[in-house]
Amino acid sequence: MIAEAGLAALWFAAAMALLQLASAALGLRLKQDELAAAVRPVAIAQGALAALSFALLIILFLRSDMSVLLVAQNSHSAKPLLYKFAGAWGNHEGSMLLWVTVLALAGAGIAMFERKLDRATLIATLGAQAFIALGFYAFLVIASNPFTRLDPPALDGMGLNPLLQDPGLAFHPPTLYFGYVGLSIAFSFAVGAMITREVGPVFARAMRPWVLGAWIFLTIGITAGSYWAYYELGWGGWWFWDPVENASLMPWLAATALLHSVNVLAARDGLRAWTLMLAVVAFSMSMLGTFLVRSGILTSVHAFAVDPTRGSFILVLLAIYIGGALALYGARVGRVKAGQPFDLLSREGGLVLNNLLLSVILGIVLIGTLYPIVAQAMGQQLSVGPPFFNKTTGPIALFLVAAMAVGPMLRWRRDEANAILEKMTVPAGAAALVTAATFLAADDASWMEIVGLGLAAAVAIASFAPLWRRNLLRTPLFTWGMIVAHFGCAVSLAGMAADSAFTSERLVAARYGQPYYVGPWRIVLNGVAPVVGDNWSAVEGRVTAIRSDGGTPLLLTPQRRFYASPPTDTAEASIRTRVDGQLYAVLGAQDAQGRWQLRLWWKPFVTLIWFGGGLIALGGALSLIGRISRERRSVRRREEAE
Amino acid sequence: MSMMIALALTAGMPVDLGYAQIPDATKEAQAAELMAELRCLVCQGQSIHDSDVDMAADMRRVVRQKIAAGEKPSEVRAWLIERYGSYVTYDPPLSWATAPLWLAPLLLLAAGLWLARGSLRRRRRA
Repeated sequence: MIAEAGLAALWFAAAMALLQLASAALGLRLKQDELAAAVRPVAIAQGALAALSFALLIILFLRSDMSVLLVAQNSHSAKPLLYKFAGAWGNHEGSMLLWVTVLALAGAGIAMFERKLDRATLIATLGAQAFIALGFYAFLVIASNPFTRLDPPALDGMGLNPLLQDPGLAFHPPTLYFGYVGLSIAFSFAVGAMITREVGPVFARAMRPWVLGAWIFLTIGITAGSYWAYYELGWGGWWFWDPVENASLMPWLAATALLHSVNVLAARDGLRAWTLMLAVVAFSMSMLGTFLVRSGILTSVHAFAVDPTRGSFILVLLAIYIGGALALYGARVGRVKAGQPFDLLSREGGLVLNNLLLSVILGIVLIGTLYPIVAQAMGQQLSVGPPFFNKTTGPIALFLVAAMAVGPMLRWRRDEANAILEKMTVPAGAAALVTAATFLAADDASWMEIVGLGLAAAVAIASFAPLWRRNLLRTPLFTWGMIVAHFGCAVSLAGMAADSAFTSERLVAARYGQPYYVGPWRIVLNGVAPVVGDNWSAVEGRVTAIRSDGGTPLLLTPQRRFYASPPTDTAEASIRTRVDGQLYAVLGAQDAQGRWQLRLWWKPFVTLIWFGGGLIALGGALSLIGRISRERRSVRRREEAE
Repeated sequence: MSMMIALALTAGMPVDLGYAQIPDATKEAQAAELMAELRCLVCQGQSIHDSDVDMAADMRRVVRQKIAAGEKPSEVRAWLIERYGSYVTYDPPLSWATAPLWLAPLLLLAAGLWLARGSLRRRRRA
């Protein structure tokens, strides 16, 4: 009964989306105010119905209802409750339902809370949102119904990929989806503005919170995903330039560019056409991200998402959405008036540079990710991976970071070169000092690692420059947000460069009791013992580590786990965090002489990578709160004046 | 001292270079760099440095043996590409088929600068 109710709610939500699109289109076209007035309540109803449908799916998973195909395929009655819950979206159908639910709820949110935008643009925006949602509803009910019954019911479920049985799963995909959906909402605003030709600061301020929100979620999703891959996959790496990782990075790059350009539009009424273009690109990238992950067209470590037939359905959706958006852009951009002029050396100029470099990086990642597919279609088998991406995007990213040190010090409209040089003395001096020190300390470090550490020092200092001679209490929250986010970039970059330059790795066939050395650590494998968990058994290494300069010994317990359903074995890395880095141990197989393979890493300051990512997201959140509260205040002031 | 004893002890036993490092740290660093850019042919997008499967271990053994025997990383890479095709390396060698890929960053940068410059000039005149 619950499954049927869920499907019914899904159909009704789809019907509401159709009604929403029709009344928005007709209402605007025929200037029918009654029709247009229906759009808001219908959008709210659509959100409620989609949420109901998703809630019912979660209930099916929590009750382990094995008469539902999706539950039987992806869950198991013996699974811990959290993973039953997360299992609802840890599969294709469920994740698509989550996608459209978040999209519908966002639409309902706009319908309820958006007050700044002129009415016609708002109606057009909600119409665009309904149009996007309709494609996903069609996809769900035609090609991936999550509520299909299984007759006769299965005795028990087939379980879940043990790699995915991790708290990371519960939060990683939904965060990315929130980001993707946020960008599709930003895109809906852009479509609305293009339809009514109201492209200006008001539109920019209405769109900005959604861009910021999406960007925060994407930042969290990517950071968490990176840490998850780091400790779960057990290879000591934190970014693999895997196609699926790239699929989440590309929307983030576009969103980062968009959130900088939208500020130019909001503050100075400049970069109108470019901001619209970026909104189109950001949305396209999030759709492409969904497509790349869901279709499995690219071989990748995220192979659990593979499904080619559905991929072609998404490809068609992708073509309709992106093609339509570009066509609308092409038709309307000529009529968008040019924005305000500005000097090359100005805050706007700095933001243009930011957008230029981010777009180039985005282009490289896109081409590098898709190139193997194109080459394969032309009969060439080749691989594009970390060496290519590091060599090409690395230098540009470093240049971008250097620009980030200067950008926030620039004034709007125009600035003086001498004044900037003066303000840059301290950060530039710090950069020179750290670069020289690294060069002397690590003679085998590459130039990118050395420059990376130097620039990290410069940005760490320069990011606080906007506070110089300012009353800290009266500095607006969004300025604090920018400072924290830029500081986070410096922290993260320092972690990346330090990990890359100073990591030591040891691979040993370990005998009990014999010491091995990695970095400053002396490591001993004391024994290996069997352990048993909820639905796995394992052998666990007992490894002690003592620092060469003394201190209390650490115990590491890397495991080789064996899962019964489905039968899989995995390596569970054991990681110990110190202030200045992480010690990372992985247990391998036992050889004929009774020795155990043991893989050890000492990774100095590697945690800064994710700590910096967290700071970036925190900066985004501060900025979002600051912007929203300021908008609220100005709305209240306007209402009081009226 | 104990480090040297450990080395002496392990040196006496047969070492499987698929799972153990070359004793010479410089050579191991060269091998590690090369292994990180070689694709495990039977895995889903992993380098042989990162993979647990037997074939990756076989390839690591070959790479380490060749490097330990004094071959240059570029020679080992060329030998592997000849044997398995350019699919085996994540660092696609420059050829007619990969020229667009390697030129793309420069072209993108040039196109971006041209776009930005055009719009800036127009602004100044405005």
